[in-house]
Amino acid sequence: MQQRVDFHSRIEQALGNPQLKASLRSAMDGLMANRKACFPDADALEALRLRGAQIRANALSKLPQLLLQLEQRCTQNGIRVHWAESVDEANGIVLGIMREHQAELLIKGKSMVSEEMDLNRFLEAQGIECLESDLGEYILQLAGEPPSHIVAPAIHKTRQDIARLFKEKFPDIPYSDDVDTLTRNARGILRKKFYAASAGLSGVNFAVAESGTLCLVENEGNGRMCTTVPPVHIAVTGIEKVVEKLAHVPPLLKLLTRSATGQHITTYFNMISGPRRTGEKDGPKEVHLVLLDNGRSRIYEDNELVNTLRCIRCGACMNHCPIYTRIGGHAYGTTIPGPIGSILEPQKAGLDNLGELPVASTLCGACAEVCPVRIPIPTLLNRLRYERIRSDHDGATHGQGSGRTRKEAAIWKAWSWLHRSPVRYRLALTLATRLRKILPLGLGPWTRVRKPPRIAAKNLHRRAREEGFNDR
Amino acid sequence: MAEQKRYPAKPKKAYFFATCLVDLLYPEAGLAGMQLIRREGVEVIFPQDQTCCGQPAWNSGYRDEAREVALRQLACFTDNYPIVVPSGSCAGMMRHHYPEMFRERADQASIEAFSSRVYELTEFLVHVLKIELKDLGKPIKVALHTSCSARREMGVADEHEALLKQLSKVELMTQARKEECCGFGGTFAVKQPAISAEMVSDKANAIADTGADLLVSGDCGCLMNIGGHLDYRDAAIEHRHIASFIWERTHATEG
Repeated sequence: MQQRVDFHSRIEQALGNPQLKASLRSAMDGLMANRKACFPDADALEALRLRGAQIRANALSKLPQLLLQLEQRCTQNGIRVHWAESVDEANGIVLGIMREHQAELLIKGKSMVSEEMDLNRFLEAQGIECLESDLGEYILQLAGEPPSHIVAPAIHKTRQDIARLFKEKFPDIPYSDDVDTLTRNARGILRKKFYAASAGLSGVNFAVAESGTLCLVENEGNGRMCTTVPPVHIAVTGIEKVVEKLAHVPPLLKLLTRSATGQHITTYFNMISGPRRTGEKDGPKEVHLVLLDNGRSRIYEDNELVNTLRCIRCGACMNHCPIYTRIGGHAYGTTIPGPIGSILEPQKAGLDNLGELPVASTLCGACAEVCPVRIPIPTLLNRLRYERIRSDHDGATHGQGSGRTRKEAAIWKAWSWLHRSPVRYRLALTLATRLRKILPLGLGPWTRVRKPPRIAAKNLHRRAREEGFNDR
Repeated sequence: MAEQKRYPAKPKKAYFFATCLVDLLYPEAGLAGMQLIRREGVEVIFPQDQTCCGQPAWNSGYRDEAREVALRQLACFTDNYPIVVPSGSCAGMMRHHYPEMFRERADQASIEAFSSRVYELTEFLVHVLKIELKDLGKPIKVALHTSCSARREMGVADEHEALLKQLSKVELMTQARKEECCGFGGTFAVKQPAISAEMVSDKANAIADTGADLLVSGDCGCLMNIGGHLDYRDAAIEHRHIASFIWERTHATEG
């Protein structure tokens, strides 16, 4: 119940912020236009999406075996592989590595799994400093906020917001709201830290089972710095990020960058296949891979919901979502916001905690239309609505039945009773028509911003009879 | 994306499924759809035992309740005629979700046979009846809102436009972000009223900005939402179901 209250108050807060509305609208319009420009040929796009969906579905169908292969190949390459069932375990593993090296500073590239782990807070409580090096993430770290978008984490902030934040945090640097100047200033601050850090952390976009390669997509070069400059590189990722073959990477990469930001290719694409080898002049001495489950294998169990795990985290579903565009990422209160978050997060945290999210959708289908791996998001939202109110429990999804109320169940029972009998339905129609002058229609929230619809003097059943349309 | 669909030749008879919103609130739209089909020489059958497609319960998670109601509809349309629906949303339910609804349940093959006979009204007029419209109305500026289910589930956005473009005195205005949802979403409008209000207000602004005299849509849910909001604002923009609009402009005895 608390979650419901929080969700609603966050929505109200977001809707009451005209500046947020303007920022989101123009940012999302830009991202949508960029994506569109990248896919001029509709048939080619559909073929590529189908390929992407097949590659991801294939990987998931063999997930246990591919994970073992990944572990084996990574180990052969000199990457140390760690398995974490929970966030606590994953945090413990990262801490253990840091302690082993008496490391006091961890420099981080962008990683949504590290957000899922709440790693920064955990390490800082242990006296280890974490520094975000992705510009957007760095801004948010300064502001003390979580990301509001998985690809463009500070999308909710304006240039002026950021300029004021920099002035507040770095009073010695002259105020500027020029993007290039701000970026240059941030780079100046961060650059020295790369040399000082004893470990660098990154996420993984695709982990290739056949070769033990960790692929990392980025635009700022900070990812490459994090994974090559410090002596230790720790990669954290979810167990679903594995793909079978190297040949599967190019189609997914094509889909990812075009869907996310409308780029044909990002500025950097890193393929990490192990620590520095003898004779090599750079690269970390140690590479660790932490594979996090945190509820994923439970999602994996269900034949339909498993499709949630196809996601390659491009963010196109949020960019195209009319609701995300209105309320922004923070309102969701989850690590991953938007349509994909509304199916993924309740499955992880339980429908008892996040059951409101699948309900907060018009099922308009804009997300599924652009999803590069064709996740049927509206179908899965619908499925979770069912899981949320079902009265029998098969225990597959956390929080099953938690949203069922006696009142709502009774309403739908009555609805069904009325509509499954033609006689009762026609009787109700006639009654509604007779009483149309006094029946209140669409009370409460509906009429707050709308005139109520009017019941017609004659319903269609009657008019069809009168106009001579046969019954059979 | 809608699959490539093959259309049959013009049938002798066709069924009409009213949808509950049309039945109660917009019967003239249903009647207009039936008259348009009849004018093309097809006998229209309106089974009096029809009620609702079951979508409200289905989208609320009440699957058993939805199935009970859907089963009643299956029993009303047993002959092998096309079933024409004046709504992308309800047509999408019967065409795409009925097979999903009864998966591994009742006779799957007969459900699929039923679903394959379901057509949204504009696609039926364009592809099956190959209707040709003669515009008898006065010049008018019209904005079209295509519902999300008509656009994405049924893939009939082009058919809506094609019909309006056949009307020589109708100037079709294009609102900004025309593909975006109007914020109706069935129970969404009541469960998330604040977001829904924001969405419908943005939609109404975009439509008003085109200078249109009239809003048409193929779905009464969207009409009730956007039209209700336009009326609430006292905007000088009327709203009409696409079937009513076409019938009014092409029917000889109408003023």
